[in-house]
Amino acid sequence: MSQDLLSPGRLTDTRRLSVFLASAAGLLVLPLLMQMLGVGEAWIRILDVALLYILLALGLNIVVGFAGLLDLGYIAFYAVGAYLFALLASPHLAANFPAIAAAFPDGLHTPVWLVIPLGAGLAAMMGVLLGAPTLKLRGDYLAIVTLGFGEIIRVFLNNLDAPVNVTNGPMGITQIEPIRLFGVSLGEPWHIGGFTLPSVTLYYYFFLAVVVVAVVVSQRLQDSRLGRAWMAVREDEIAAKAMGLNTRNIKLLAFGLGATFGGVSGVLFASFQGFVSPESFSLHESIMVVAMVVLGGLGHIPGVILGAFLLAALPEVLRHVAGPLQAMTDGRLDAAILRQLLVASAMVLIMLWRPTGLWPAPASRKQVPPTAQTTGAGS
Amino acid sequence: MSAPLLQVTGVAKRFGGVQALQGVSLAVQPGQIHGLIGPNGAGKTTFFNMITGLVPSDEGRFVLDGRPYRPTAVHEVARAGIARTFQNIRLFPDMTVLDNVRVGRHVRTRVGWWQAVFRTRAFQHEELLITNKAEELLSFVGLAGRGHLTARTLSYGDQRRLEIARALATEPKLLALDEPAAGMNGTEKVQLRELIERIRAQGRAVLLIEHDVKLVMGLCDQVTVLDQGRCIAAGLTADVQRDPKVIAAYLGTRQGAA
Amino acid sequence: MDVFIQQLINGLVLGSMYALLALGYTMVYGIINLINFAHGEVLMVGALVSWTVVTALGDTGWPGWLLLSLSLLAAMAVCMALSVVIERLAYRPLRNAPRLAPLITAMGISLLLQTLAMIIWKPDYKPYPILLNDEPYEVMGATINMVQILIIGVTAMTLAGLMLLINGTRLGRAMRATAENPRVAQLMGVRPDLVIAATFAIGAALAALAGVMWAANYGSVQHTMGFLPGLKAFTAAVFGGIGNLPGAMLGGVLLGLIEAMGAGYIGDLTGGVLGSHYQDIFAFAVLILILTLRPQGLLGERVADRA
Repeated sequence: MSQDLLSPGRLTDTRRLSVFLASAAGLLVLPLLMQMLGVGEAWIRILDVALLYILLALGLNIVVGFAGLLDLGYIAFYAVGAYLFALLASPHLAANFPAIAAAFPDGLHTPVWLVIPLGAGLAAMMGVLLGAPTLKLRGDYLAIVTLGFGEIIRVFLNNLDAPVNVTNGPMGITQIEPIRLFGVSLGEPWHIGGFTLPSVTLYYYFFLAVVVVAVVVSQRLQDSRLGRAWMAVREDEIAAKAMGLNTRNIKLLAFGLGATFGGVSGVLFASFQGFVSPESFSLHESIMVVAMVVLGGLGHIPGVILGAFLLAALPEVLRHVAGPLQAMTDGRLDAAILRQLLVASAMVLIMLWRPTGLWPAPASRKQVPPTAQTTGAGS
Repeated sequence: MSAPLLQVTGVAKRFGGVQALQGVSLAVQPGQIHGLIGPNGAGKTTFFNMITGLVPSDEGRFVLDGRPYRPTAVHEVARAGIARTFQNIRLFPDMTVLDNVRVGRHVRTRVGWWQAVFRTRAFQHEELLITNKAEELLSFVGLAGRGHLTARTLSYGDQRRLEIARALATEPKLLALDEPAAGMNGTEKVQLRELIERIRAQGRAVLLIEHDVKLVMGLCDQVTVLDQGRCIAAGLTADVQRDPKVIAAYLGTRQGAA
Repeated sequence: MDVFIQQLINGLVLGSMYALLALGYTMVYGIINLINFAHGEVLMVGALVSWTVVTALGDTGWPGWLLLSLSLLAAMAVCMALSVVIERLAYRPLRNAPRLAPLITAMGISLLLQTLAMIIWKPDYKPYPILLNDEPYEVMGATINMVQILIIGVTAMTLAGLMLLINGTRLGRAMRATAENPRVAQLMGVRPDLVIAATFAIGAALAALAGVMWAANYGSVQHTMGFLPGLKAFTAAVFGGIGNLPGAMLGGVLLGLIEAMGAGYIGDLTGGVLGSHYQDIFAFAVLILILTLRPQGLLGERVADRA
């Protein structure tokens, strides 16, 4: 019998439950604890950003991890969701299109419970549209074409300020409204029973809830007929076809469903940051998300979460310790550069050292020793 | 004799300057094991790939279970009732043994992904059916209790059996095996033969390409022999075995590939 | 008509540089099936090294062509060494790894090179000095200067030289053999590691040359300058037929022409809706079209699905 403590069969149900409950409790009180300990809001903000990236990584994990389709333009869906919310919940459209100003005299204040499904749906459509031409392409080519799509989207976002100003070009769209939930605006501190929760903490809980839903959805998709179909396509497309799988539709589903996570994350991002500009949706970001998925553990949900968290939070943490380094090197090393250096080095080093990622899916136990082997038919 | 399960007539295929197949016909009777043999380059693989939808024929009529059979896409083949294995064994290497077989059930199941997301009763019920059927098949091929192992860790012979289990999961009318005995030793061949006979006992038809003539003659009910793209003999195994044309085609080549 | 001639010239100049860069992609892909994501950065390093040399020797009063040539040699030397080291340390260990790993590594190297360049040379755009007579010559209503003439000329000679190398020398034969069937080549006495290193080195030299040309033609250098040309050059390589050397050359020149013509006429074609900032998209549009309609590229051979 295997001695591997981490293999699923080994952890008893009660132990797994207690681990789960402890983590859940920890996650719930974390920002409150930080607040009570006087840790600055900036650190809670880091958690919020990390949660957004975790959501992105989970979505990309469906495309790259489950279905094996290397999408380097995933950030396009993030952009779509973000700009959708930006347009539907800011003064931009009303300011630039008199017809809309007339139709909505109070301005556009689309509620979040409407924009999130819209963002998800729009992203899904785009996912299918962008995925369709790539269906026959092999891995490397697929990567480059999706990269091309991502860049095309960015160029359009950057230039659609003329002849009609849709995206406001490189300046982006500002004054995006914060999310309102049950009458509470997440953009302002909330006073409850003598306790004051800052905006970043409110966003934390909302993002955490969304991420939890995303994890559950991902897990359920993985353990379903579709999840197995994705993996079959990833492992051997020809064999999959021979077993009757319509690989075209299966791949399109991966693109579409994966994209929805990106779209939703974009909506959340737009409201959280309050403004969007094409800069936030560059190729660098796409590559970062791919790195999070691959370095974390391709296809393995806990690994992906770990990878996303590390690559999102660590560089932000570095920002706070970069001060002295910057002074030492005559301004050449600042936080942004350190972050890039970290991500790039991580990509190279981790692939050399652990190509399956930091926390890959646990390998199954090896063959049972020969003496215990069945002799098969007729025994 | 009842109507054949698979009736192929007058198949021709040209690749560039080479006429790979010409005027080939074959009939697989339901519930019988049909061997397809011939020296190297005879066109067996081309013919096989045609039946399994990988290669289109230039000429020929295909009738499966009384209906015309013209797959335009590979994935329609399994749905129509023909499941195949590959000469080089194409499993899903990093999936578990059980999952490999469960993928085979895909084409006969229909619960949608949204039902999976909401864990509806229909979903849970179908998952149970899929898992039970898969485990049944694993037992049938002799891999009981090994469902949790990763497919790539199995021995060669076990991988072959897994591939057959996966193909059986699609509930095929015809099981098409591409050189299933390739690379096997004597014991493994005996086990393979027993497995195929048990498949026949279930009422399924089996079509197999094989180089091991001894295995084919001992296992198959009917045999078709190809040589240089043409069919030179077909019929009951015993008759074909004695056919002088067949013996001539094999003279000078090694008998039995193993 | 002058627009046409002018864009023709611009296209040839741009296409020459794309061709040189595309060769590096196609040679590496042909021999180890890797898209060297970091190749565009080699162009950047070449340009920046050249800038450093030219700036350092600026006070010596030596003639421009001498400075240019010296800096070119320096750029080539540095880029070749860098490429060989990267291959040895980052790509070779992953030659048998799952497909995704070398791609991620290559992307990491690309990012690493950009970041290191930003640290070494600082992020600002630096003007590249005018070293050759930049007086414009008139040709059929359009203008061309010495740098552009040289770019086209030197590229043509380099391409010819490369074909000679590939087809006429032992190394070239070894490279072709390894690209076709590495194991058999090894049995015939070819050392695959050396051949692969040589392939990277030659590609890097060409990229360095393209980098210096780029700097001289556009007049500025910066650590992000290699990224887009790299992507476009890869497109050109695929356009021409990946793994095919004449294909890369043809693809590069054609892509340059398409981009120049497109930029020149897009305003007219779309009635002013789309301006020339959409120029970058042409390369991607070409890529998507080619991979959808004729995936083997212009000169490539159809590769069947492995059954």
